[in-house]
Amino acid sequence: MTVAGIDVGSKFTKVVILNDSKEILGYSNIRTGIDHHKTVEEAIKEALKKADLTRDDINKYVATGFGKISVPFADSEITQVVAAGKGAYFVWPTARTVIEVGAEESRAVKVGEDGNIKDFALADKCAAGAGSFVDAMVRYLEVPLEEFGRISLEAKESVPMNAQCVIFAESEVVSLLHANYPKPEISRAIHDAIADRVASIARRVGIEDDVLLIGGLANDIGFIDSMKRELGTEVYVPDKIAPELVPALGAAIAEL
Amino acid sequence: MEVKVRPLDCWDDFKKYRKKYYENYLEAKDKGGIRWAGSAWAFDPVPHGLGEDVYSLTGEPYGATCAFFQDFSRECLENIERQGVARDLCGYMRNYWGSIVLDKYLLADGTLVEPFPKPDFNFTIHICCSHAKWYHFAAELEGGIPTYAVDISVGPGYMLDDKKIEYVVRQLKDAIPWMEKITGREYNDELLIKAVYAEADAMSTWAKICKLNQAKPAPLEEKSMFSLYVLNLINRGDPEVAKLYYKLYDEVESRVKRGIGALTYEQFRFLTDNPPPWAFLKVYRYLEKEYAAVSLGAIYTFGLGGGWIGMDEKGEKWIWEPAPTPEEAGVEITNRDEALRWTAEYNLRYRASWQHEYSHWIRKQETYQMVKDWKADAMIMHLNRGCELWNMSTLEVRDYLVKNHVPTATYEGNMADPRDFDEARTFNVIDSFMQSLGIEKIS
Repeated sequence: MTVAGIDVGSKFTKVVILNDSKEILGYSNIRTGIDHHKTVEEAIKEALKKADLTRDDINKYVATGFGKISVPFADSEITQVVAAGKGAYFVWPTARTVIEVGAEESRAVKVGEDGNIKDFALADKCAAGAGSFVDAMVRYLEVPLEEFGRISLEAKESVPMNAQCVIFAESEVVSLLHANYPKPEISRAIHDAIADRVASIARRVGIEDDVLLIGGLANDIGFIDSMKRELGTEVYVPDKIAPELVPALGAAIAEL
Repeated sequence: MEVKVRPLDCWDDFKKYRKKYYENYLEAKDKGGIRWAGSAWAFDPVPHGLGEDVYSLTGEPYGATCAFFQDFSRECLENIERQGVARDLCGYMRNYWGSIVLDKYLLADGTLVEPFPKPDFNFTIHICCSHAKWYHFAAELEGGIPTYAVDISVGPGYMLDDKKIEYVVRQLKDAIPWMEKITGREYNDELLIKAVYAEADAMSTWAKICKLNQAKPAPLEEKSMFSLYVLNLINRGDPEVAKLYYKLYDEVESRVKRGIGALTYEQFRFLTDNPPPWAFLKVYRYLEKEYAAVSLGAIYTFGLGGGWIGMDEKGEKWIWEPAPTPEEAGVEITNRDEALRWTAEYNLRYRASWQHEYSHWIRKQETYQMVKDWKADAMIMHLNRGCELWNMSTLEVRDYLVKNHVPTATYEGNMADPRDFDEARTFNVIDSFMQSLGIEKIS
């Protein structure tokens, strides 16, 4: 059986195609447009192309993500929590605390030794612990997104910043810029602030090793560094698949 | 297994009583009566001594009614915020104040009338950060209404002593000449005694009804219970309320004996925590329809107007057994002093919703014991931005439940501000929770 897991996120739509040996045949990751249906079609098309398959080869579609209703042909739907947990357990079987930071929200999932979800916590209606926060901050610092994480590692000191509210944080960044703080210090302050917020959500379910970071922000080396400091433990990132693809992978696994 | 269901025979009686309650307050002056306003936790029997034509408006249920009618609620909230009131204050209180500022009064069926009927006096209690301030500010908005707040912050029931009870009794004693002076009426102790008996009957009977919901299948679901428990929060000093609860008790007991349930199929039993988001009670129906999940109740629904034994004498274990009425306790109330002493002690000792305000430990025991006694599979908690008092230890309780292997989910919202609630996210939390527990949708 060949299954396509489709994760319609607020910023990116991801597709992972798996065969029944749970081998990844193809994947895609494209920006979610205004027309979600069109985005989903394009994402599937790209993943199929990489897998050298056609629509007829797909036996099942499983949708997840905030825009899962934009996949009307899906055979089933699963929530982001379950998709993240299943995907994480597959790529990192010793992961017990899975932290996903997407564009719009972050979540923490406690996974048991058997792969079942034991507990979860969501950041509700708050951008302070989400990827979109980084987007806003990058604009203020006028650095490319790809550089934003790297420069934070060059910081020589920690500058405290409000972790609880994006609005306050933004004005603090402006103040730090006016006070001529170097960009690396500000970048680290921002990453620490996000990590503080995300860690507080993760602590709701309890931190248990291994901690696995997934979602788009897991590509940000500065954020990984801040999370390690904040949690005081090693933080892992999937090494065989892009971290933002893990929930789509989990959705596909749910059908196998 | 398919369960027999049937509507409650006394449903309309409860609905009619509540409808009439709001109308009575509105029309009180046409009948030469007296109006008072105050918290649903105020010592309701005390103003009953002023006569049989004394009508109250209790603030929390009124705020909840406003919240239920979302459009009016938004109008109230936005108007009071324009007066400089902060958005993080009590949701009920902001709706209540907004209604005064708009000079519109909401009836139970959603009908709006003008002007907002002013009370002759405010009579309330003070336990949280808002209650006394609520009515002091309301009094200002209404152009100066005499206001009396009884401080009840004397600690949990199992630590009560004579000194603490007397502290509250003295305040109630002082309130009576104060009411006489304001209304020009002579106080009638016989009416007070009648109301005190009625209050205990109503509160203890509600507790007995809640206990019946331990049965499988559950004879009641919580969304309907919201329409039933409320009478204890609007006029429990009226013997008519106790009579309605007796009737309800008989009916629910009969449902249990005959195996009549709230849902046709009961796949999952859960409890809730905190006041619900009144504008979005569809959450309960979603759980019923999609997952055959029955909400059995909450410490809010059971404890707000229910009289329960509460913590044992050592303060170690919560006991969900109905509190005794004067008759059951072998007490005869014959005069004002005895009546005030009884109502003070009964409320301080047995009103479940007052006990946990003093201690996270009590709230944990109260909640955990409820999960066990009502045979609940899980807890779904409302992280309620609208009430600092009720939300004070929610996350501590959540951690305690999880550590004790009770599956627990949380969602954010506000009991009385629809702007703080995200319907799609809440359904997402519910779906995530159910999927993580392996509970499948039935539809």
